[in-house]
Amino acid sequence: MANINLQCLLGIQCKDFVMIAADQSNSHSIMVMKDDEDKIHKISDKLIMGVIGDQGDSTQFAEYIAKNIQLYKMRNGYELGPTAAANFTRRNLAEYLRSSTPYFVNVLMGGYDKENGPELYFMDYLASSVKVPFACHGYGGYLSLSIMDRYYKEDATEEEAYEILKKCVKEVHRRLFVSLPNFQVTIVNRDGIKVLPVINSELLK
Amino acid sequence: MKKIVEINDYLLGTLAGGAADCVYWDRVLAKQCRLYELRNRERISVAAASKLMANMVYNYKGMGLSMGMMLAGVDKRGAQLYYVDSEGTRTPGKVFSVGSGSVYAFELGRRAIYHATHRDAYSGGIVRVYHISEKGWVNISNEDCSDLHYKYAAEKGNVGA
Repeated sequence: MANINLQCLLGIQCKDFVMIAADQSNSHSIMVMKDDEDKIHKISDKLIMGVIGDQGDSTQFAEYIAKNIQLYKMRNGYELGPTAAANFTRRNLAEYLRSSTPYFVNVLMGGYDKENGPELYFMDYLASSVKVPFACHGYGGYLSLSIMDRYYKEDATEEEAYEILKKCVKEVHRRLFVSLPNFQVTIVNRDGIKVLPVINSELLK
Repeated sequence: MKKIVEINDYLLGTLAGGAADCVYWDRVLAKQCRLYELRNRERISVAAASKLMANMVYNYKGMGLSMGMMLAGVDKRGAQLYYVDSEGTRTPGKVFSVGSGSVYAFELGRRAIYHATHRDAYSGGIVRVYHISEKGWVNISNEDCSDLHYKYAAEKGNVGA
């Protein structure tokens, strides 16, 4: 859908945590229907997935992946780590890509691995998958990537990373031609998943 | 045509898009909801009903279905409103919901529909208003948009021509 680049996903992985931000707008052609949509899905205790793309596909795909990863845990008694989960997700994207019903979704997957610590995976609807320290999706990402290049530090604290995301959202608000007023932020660290305050113009004041 | 479908005493669905698709799938949904009620001895939640609908139409995605609907109702969790369309979108919302200022909101809703019928070539006919509470839905009014036109025009001091 043409809509896919008008939405925005941001992700940062540092030494102790991984943080994902997603815009909360839900638009249909020229109309904004909603600005409090949930685009970051909790997959398991220490795994989250930000999904943007075709409206129906996004929810349907996220739920499909989440339920299958939960099923894997029930069957085998142990969980898929972020790397395994990302590989599983990528494989599904790849298999559906050449079917008559491909999932039109871009994904950022973040999780905390017992051995390797926090990990962030960038995946797109063409089923590419790459492990990255920071990443973006959508037009908003074009504006944000250079900010992340400039300010990213591997040993940043949670507060510092949140500040970087705030800088990105500020730029999106200033320079992007579509209105993405609210960005939800979710973080994963060794203690699990935590939802941070929504970044909007009120908070940026 | 009635574009608000009474799925059961506590659930209403609105139709927009392909009339045949909407009428047919709303009827299928009504059937599913009734079956759920018979099987589980309890009314289906709005969330579940909307998900049934979303999953049904998602199977036909890209095959030409055209519908956008709102499902409104009251269940254990209170008053609920969902938007579902043939793209597979399903999302809860409060944008259309009515709070304590219900009288004002009814009037606002009715007038909004009237203005839409005036400007949109594909809309018109009767403007229907329903109120859903924990005791089920009640039909508040069914007014011809042409009558509304002259009523609103008179309120503004025009003849409405």
